[in-house]
Amino acid sequence: MSNHPFTHLDALESEAIHIMREVAAECANPALLFSGGKDSIVLLRLAEKAFRPGRFPFPLVHIDTEHNFPEVIEFRDRRAKQLGERLIVSSMEDSIKKGKVVLRSPTQSRNAFQSVTLLDTIAEYEFDACIGGARRDEEKARAKERIFSFRDEFGQWDPKNQRPELWDIYNTRTHPGENIRVFPISNWTELDVWEYIDREQLEVPKIYFAHLRDVIRRDAGLLPVSHLVQPREEERAEKVMVRFRTVGDMSCTCPVESAAACVEEIIAETAITRITERGATRMDDQTSDASMELRKKEGYF
Amino acid sequence: MSVVKKELFESELLRFITAGSVDDGKSTLIGRLLHDSKSIFEDQLSSITNTTRKRGMEGVDLSLLTDGLQAEREQGITIDVAYRYFATPKRKFIIADTPGHEQYTRNMVTGASTANLAIILVDARNGVLTQSRRHTYLASLVGIPHLVVAVNKMDLVDYSQEVFDRICKDFAAFADELNLHNIEYIPMSALRGDMVVERGDKLAWYQGTTLMDLLENVAIDHDINLNDFRYPVQWVCRPQTEALHDFRGYMGRIESGAVKVGDAVTVLPSGLTSRIKEILLYEGSADDAFAPQSVTLTIEDHLDISRGDLLVKTGETPWVTKEFNAMLCWLSEQALDSKRKYLIKHTTRTVKAIVSGIDYRIDVNTLKQETVDTLNMNDIAQVRLKVQQPLICDDYVRNHATGSFIVIDETSNNTVAAGMISQQIN
Repeated sequence: MSNHPFTHLDALESEAIHIMREVAAECANPALLFSGGKDSIVLLRLAEKAFRPGRFPFPLVHIDTEHNFPEVIEFRDRRAKQLGERLIVSSMEDSIKKGKVVLRSPTQSRNAFQSVTLLDTIAEYEFDACIGGARRDEEKARAKERIFSFRDEFGQWDPKNQRPELWDIYNTRTHPGENIRVFPISNWTELDVWEYIDREQLEVPKIYFAHLRDVIRRDAGLLPVSHLVQPREEERAEKVMVRFRTVGDMSCTCPVESAAACVEEIIAETAITRITERGATRMDDQTSDASMELRKKEGYF
Repeated sequence: MSVVKKELFESELLRFITAGSVDDGKSTLIGRLLHDSKSIFEDQLSSITNTTRKRGMEGVDLSLLTDGLQAEREQGITIDVAYRYFATPKRKFIIADTPGHEQYTRNMVTGASTANLAIILVDARNGVLTQSRRHTYLASLVGIPHLVVAVNKMDLVDYSQEVFDRICKDFAAFADELNLHNIEYIPMSALRGDMVVERGDKLAWYQGTTLMDLLENVAIDHDINLNDFRYPVQWVCRPQTEALHDFRGYMGRIESGAVKVGDAVTVLPSGLTSRIKEILLYEGSADDAFAPQSVTLTIEDHLDISRGDLLVKTGETPWVTKEFNAMLCWLSEQALDSKRKYLIKHTTRTVKAIVSGIDYRIDVNTLKQETVDTLNMNDIAQVRLKVQQPLICDDYVRNHATGSFIVIDETSNNTVAAGMISQQIN
């Protein structure tokens, strides 16, 4: 048995466990959004810490754009099975078939349309709270969001009219049809997440580690070549050693050049990186200064 | 197995707020802290450099870093609490950037409620203004343990020691009335970077620490109550599996104090007693645990314990009361209606309540007590409250976790007020 000091990770962990237990106790029908990405992997460990030896008092839910990296989907299913917890996968394909999502082209980024499928899923299962892995350090609209973020019947976020959040007493009340998005790791940074993954020895999908991949250099970023993204006439694919800092829709999630092959090396890189996580990896956040804010107002998590 | 040890407690995480009047330079100060501690990323820097240029200005407007929302950027104001994160090798910091506008005092209270430290910004040209007084009063009301007065824009008063000394004296006079004595004063120019992270060469007459030095070194270990064990039960774990047929774990967070296996505990409000059998963590069991750890406790006896109950050490009993005085900060645009029932959420308990009387409202500028018959947004008042079910509480000054509550409007579900318990009424 080894002793260690009460670190900032312990403080953040305890805060997150407290938040999860509040959701479980006060919300009638919560869910945990699990994408197979690193932030939601941390959420699962926090849920284990919050509720074991009991079962999770909520199912895991994934909004699948079906443009996800196959390694991540494989990992998602395996992890849910290991935990013995229920996984609900809502496919965007269904929203497209129902005509609720209309894409301009089959290879267009589906990230923005996740909101439609998410809101449909919330309505179908009558979820009153969705626990998500968003962090305030990711983006400036997120920096202004409460830990318990209230959404109206249309799933919309009103940044000017948020419930004051005092001490750690959370107002979890909703009217029927409304819901709350809950972000237990609001106060974590990208580095905290990796340090926690290291401390807890959590497995993450392989694409987080450096690997050789065919990419195209486009708009100062690297785009992974896939059935969705092919080189344009003036472009050519090249093999580059890369890793992903986020995992999302294959058509707009860009890897960064890196040789970091293990968690320790990622931590070392993250500690000295000079570019934000989303700035480096998300094309969809770069269309305007307010991209995330606008998407959140429409129901994005 | 790894277990956290109390003797090794290190305060690695400091939460602070910045408060001041409009244009005191809060956003610039935060930008400066982030910039000089190398916490600004290249893409953020290039984005704000572009925006600064678009607005026809030169250099980098660091305040753009914290102005997050579209509406704010259009109007050039800060409309909500923004949280920022940065780290030095010594500590991790969480900043709540709270706006100075009068109508957004509720956001200041929000930010203040979790802060270890408040930086009150004062514009060296203007001295102590109404808003500085309001923010200082709020910081003292919410009980922020450490207060720093940042006398900013010293570059605009020729770095005059005289100006600085006069502001300190004015501020101290006001702070005395609030019984605040532990205040640090730092002259600075956030714009030029003097005395924020670097000392600069213009303030040689000032012998004290830079702001960053202070943030890295201020002792915060005793900011939470380390004496009284308070454990609100959040969730009762009953797996009811074959292996764990009779397991009943009481899950929660230790809000204050510490506990060890074998301690005699009293369950409130029932008053039944037992002993701690196990302290369980995901990693295994521990002999002792302390605030602010989230744990699972089991006890020797089979008692009926549920969410909303509070475990304390036998003999260290808090108040169990249905009527009490509290300081209330009204946060809602809709005024208090004393004919209505509200909900109070206190620890893990939610009860119905009425405001049975308003003792007085505080004029935050003069600290004078006034007689009023209702409360409007931003009002701070001492009120009498009656609750339908007893609350198990402490005086807020003694224990923030068991002395604080929020008031919820049952119809709109909005959080309409924040309360701090001051006294029980027999």
